[in-house]
Amino acid sequence: MSDQEERISETTRLGLEIVKEAEEDRLMTLSVGPQHPGSGHFRFTVKVDGDYIVDCDPDPGYVHRGEEKMCEYRNFIQNIPHLERPVIHDSSNITYSYSLAVEELVKIDVPRRAQFIRAIASELNRQIYTLYWLAIYGIFLGHSTMFMWPTGDRELIIDLMEALTGARVTHAYNIPGGVRNDIPYGFKDRCLRQVTNFEKRLKEYEDIFYNNPLLRQRTEGVAILTKEDAIKLGVTGSVLRASGIPYDIRKAEPYDIYDEIDFNVQYLKTCDSFARAYVPLLDMRESCHIIRQLLDKMPESGEVRAKLQPNPKGPPGEAYRRVESGRGALGYYIVSDGTPKPYRVKISVGSFRNLLALPHLLVGSKLGDMPSVYWSLNYWPVEADR
Amino acid sequence: MSKSDDRSLGNIKSKPSPTVASNKDLPSISPKQGETGSIASPPKPSSDNTSVQLKSEKADLPQFEKGIIDSLVSKYGDSVKIIYVRPLRIKIEVPSKDIVEIARHIRDESGFDHAESVSATDYPKTGDIEVIYHLGSYTRDDLSSHILSLSTRTDRNNARLPSLIGIFKSVEYHERESFEMVGVYFDNHPRNDRFLLPEDWADIPPLRKEFRIKGR
Repeated sequence: MSDQEERISETTRLGLEIVKEAEEDRLMTLSVGPQHPGSGHFRFTVKVDGDYIVDCDPDPGYVHRGEEKMCEYRNFIQNIPHLERPVIHDSSNITYSYSLAVEELVKIDVPRRAQFIRAIASELNRQIYTLYWLAIYGIFLGHSTMFMWPTGDRELIIDLMEALTGARVTHAYNIPGGVRNDIPYGFKDRCLRQVTNFEKRLKEYEDIFYNNPLLRQRTEGVAILTKEDAIKLGVTGSVLRASGIPYDIRKAEPYDIYDEIDFNVQYLKTCDSFARAYVPLLDMRESCHIIRQLLDKMPESGEVRAKLQPNPKGPPGEAYRRVESGRGALGYYIVSDGTPKPYRVKISVGSFRNLLALPHLLVGSKLGDMPSVYWSLNYWPVEADR
Repeated sequence: MSKSDDRSLGNIKSKPSPTVASNKDLPSISPKQGETGSIASPPKPSSDNTSVQLKSEKADLPQFEKGIIDSLVSKYGDSVKIIYVRPLRIKIEVPSKDIVEIARHIRDESGFDHAESVSATDYPKTGDIEVIYHLGSYTRDDLSSHILSLSTRTDRNNARLPSLIGIFKSVEYHERESFEMVGVYFDNHPRNDRFLLPEDWADIPPLRKEFRIKGR
């Protein structure tokens, strides 16, 4: 007679009731966010069995603003300022693909100089976003230096963008047909100086944060997203590139002048939480390299903005254009019915696509790994909600 | 640390992928029906004339793009309707009953392995809703810049389509969003329920054309 059978017969002899521990009694449901300081405007519930997460249910939508509906009420130009609201830190990129799609619909040719300025603005903006993300990632893992440094360095690039566009974060700089205004006097030198300084800082980031044994121990080998799963889940951006797939829209489908720029797609093959946190740093370094080339090749003078009709409209049709943003591919699907207002705008954002990886990665990992896994996904709640 | 050197050596550690807990509650909500045309709203002109048949221009079609869909057209014949073939962009329209089978063919034979976006568009004038899957490819280098738009239409008063979640796992949240925003019920989708909207949302799906923003 086995041990268990013995106990059952003993219980029956004593006339006791056998109570089986139900699964629900073992599990505890925890709600993370939306008030949690690190979760952003986003809530997800996790069920834990002891230390391990057995279920995860994301619940986005706390900052849903109906951007897609709002687009149907405004014309192509009026849409720009509100479309950058989902990611104000990356506002040049989120309006970039919109501009590309509108240009395809309305059939506008962008002047060559404008294409360079656009690319510079979007590269700088991607760095601003990534620094902000890095700061939160750092403080969330308890590394307060990594909160202070990127926040401070981000301010320098914001100053640069302010000189370029006139606004600190919400630039509304990319418009269909080019950019809003030309670069200011002396911008080129200032930008070069900034990029050189920034490259030095990236080295210091690596020394103090990415080579920190504590960070390494917490993130290496944690929450593996295999190449096959990454493809199946359709993730994008740094999450995809950390899973060993060298896919970048700038390389795969070069827009504007990116086909003239020489750069490498940064990717890692370890597929873990550390790789997902490290790829953005590699991207920033490559971005500095791209900005140098852009400044070098930019025509000295020329138009920065194509002439547009007061209320631009094109023939009925549809366009799907995408750019590489700080969080991966950012696509706009725009249907036009021939009027100046879009008939339907669908924004396909990287955050929303990467959200699918969150339950996939969290289920089976420890609760203590939750912060590092969540922020390694490069998830921006406001953008995902739109 | 010692591991830092083999960062780029490509040792993909495999992990027994945990089952994503999704099948727990099957859909119990009935599909959101479009309100019957009681709300007076000026019907917008349908962009149905976007679907210009390019049959006469077939000689000018980009050859590579044409090659991608040739096998589809030869296999499924008339059920695959080519809407347009442009450089890097292809759009086909298929009947909803065949979409799962055709999507499986696209995944297995044509090499498109994930969905970037699923967009549902309401066309009150023609009385239907168009759902477009923008499919891309990570595995094939020659397809990495291409987007195959797989579209299908359904009646807007009984918007119901088979889900492609069994073919492309990546459509899961996008289809769920289409359900709540446009009111297309996806058969076989594990969760046709609220996602981005508030839980107590008690109006028609907001991206239907008869839904008007207050004051505009």
